[in-house]
Amino acid sequence: MQELVVLSGKGGTGKTSLVGALAALGEKLALCDADVDAPDLHLLLGPQIIERHDFSAGRKANIRERDCWQCGDCLRWCRFQAISDDFRVDPLRCEGCGVCWSLCPAGAVDFPENLCGQWFLADTRFGPLVHARLGVAAENSGKLVALLRREARRLAEAQGLEWLITDGPPGIGCPVMAALGEATAVLLVTEPSLSGQHDLQRVAALTDHFRLPGFVLVNKADLHWPMARAIRKFCDLQGYRFLGYLPFSPAFTQAQVEGKTILEYDRDNQINQVIAGLWKRIRRELQKQDPH
Amino acid sequence: MIISVASGKGGTGKTTIAANLAVAVAQPATFLDCDVEEPNAHLFLKPHLSRSLDFHLEAPEIDTRRCTFCGKCQEICQFNAIAVLPTAALTFPDLCHGCGGCFLVCPEEALIPQPRRLGTVETGVRGPLRFVHGRLRVGEALVPPLIRRVRQEGGDGGLTIIDAPPGASCPLLAAVWGSDLVLLVTEPTPFGLNDLELAVAAVREMGLPLGLVINRADLGDRRVHDYAAREGLPIFLEIPFDRRVAETCARGELLVEKMPAWNSLMQTLFHRIRAESGKKTTRLRPDE
Repeated sequence: MQELVVLSGKGGTGKTSLVGALAALGEKLALCDADVDAPDLHLLLGPQIIERHDFSAGRKANIRERDCWQCGDCLRWCRFQAISDDFRVDPLRCEGCGVCWSLCPAGAVDFPENLCGQWFLADTRFGPLVHARLGVAAENSGKLVALLRREARRLAEAQGLEWLITDGPPGIGCPVMAALGEATAVLLVTEPSLSGQHDLQRVAALTDHFRLPGFVLVNKADLHWPMARAIRKFCDLQGYRFLGYLPFSPAFTQAQVEGKTILEYDRDNQINQVIAGLWKRIRRELQKQDPH
Repeated sequence: MIISVASGKGGTGKTTIAANLAVAVAQPATFLDCDVEEPNAHLFLKPHLSRSLDFHLEAPEIDTRRCTFCGKCQEICQFNAIAVLPTAALTFPDLCHGCGGCFLVCPEEALIPQPRRLGTVETGVRGPLRFVHGRLRVGEALVPPLIRRVRQEGGDGGLTIIDAPPGASCPLLAAVWGSDLVLLVTEPTPFGLNDLELAVAAVREMGLPLGLVINRADLGDRRVHDYAAREGLPIFLEIPFDRRVAETCARGELLVEKMPAWNSLMQTLFHRIRAESGKKTTRLRPDE
């Protein structure tokens, strides 16, 4: 089983729309929405949820007012400004480090596990989907991403599926790093803007850090051809496999509004051919690399 | 006044709005780009950067001459950054959150601070605008401390505009805490609506006033508008899709410089923000 992780650096370049399209190409595959902060893939895939699980990670401190001596030690130790002058812990700022709980001379701090969200195993018309939803303003440490990917891999193997495609989050921080570990390859979806290029360079460097082969696709390429071509040049220089360009198309939005992937929305769109072609190329390149 | 520009969904136009707003107000202000994973505002504002400082977290390193392997440091650490065996102790500095607990509890003074560079904070100016951004070190997992460090560069009591990262979790909170108003830039699509709802919930949890900007307002459907009406969220601006806007931004240019109508658009936005800010929404407790 192989896993393709789709990232971008910059948000809004078209990762989720593209993952939806790849899913619709015809081959049954496993899907994972690793953007647990703002998950959208389920909006295209109409998942039937089979299993629902709570997810807890870390803890949050809570001071029991009646037991508190108001000595102020916790205020002095807390490095996250999470404790107010009247000895209340702000759960939004509490890092869950446990220092106040460990050291409080009155033993007045509770430190329960933190329920962060829920994750789901679901069925879709294209294959199984593993996705999640974080609670309001929850900690997004990457642990949930790692769990989702493990579950998705397990499902893919159990169902004899050759491919897992993981829709990743924007950025380069913890959740992105949790999406990258032990992937087979990375597909970087970018846009032909100065921001897109800048952000691509950072996420591509992270891909190198993980020693993963990188493919690059420039979406909405016709918005600024000089930059689209500059990105292609960047790929050639740095050794990322350049897959091609997709045009800006309102069809992506129209398809989304109808809860469909672009392939289903407009079967004759030439974009569909380009997407089918790039998937073929990814498969071919990865097979060359690992003939097993 | 502190104005944060956030979104939920990535790519809706946060940096575009924040940067163009900051230039259009044409008054002394501080611009904080808190999207430390992928800072973009400098590409548009092109500030003259004058100072760059590395920002570190103090992770522990074990002084094996003093360590008695008592294990108190391992016991207090919630992040598995220290492992203590009967006759050996190791640290995993990459896992450290910098809480200082291990240093506090070690009875032998056997822990030495080992700095881990989280990233860089750069400051500069562009006309009347004081500019600050953070750049996360590529390979660094922990994001909020660097955002908080960038926020420390503000706080002079004047107008502050914050370009926040996408999402609705801890990086957003670190970027927008204490704002007088959070502007949520969205698009009228199913993804836009889904992520907007998450961001609204997070901002409401913080008890901060909100306002919406609907970008590419004619590409999609009416569900965001309906949602805003149901939730009583003011819509400060609706901007129709304009390919020239996309092309101008792609080139890294400011709209207020290349498309004059954007100046009055941003002035209008600023007036509406000022009118709305200062009103505190009731913070929703979990049992309400």
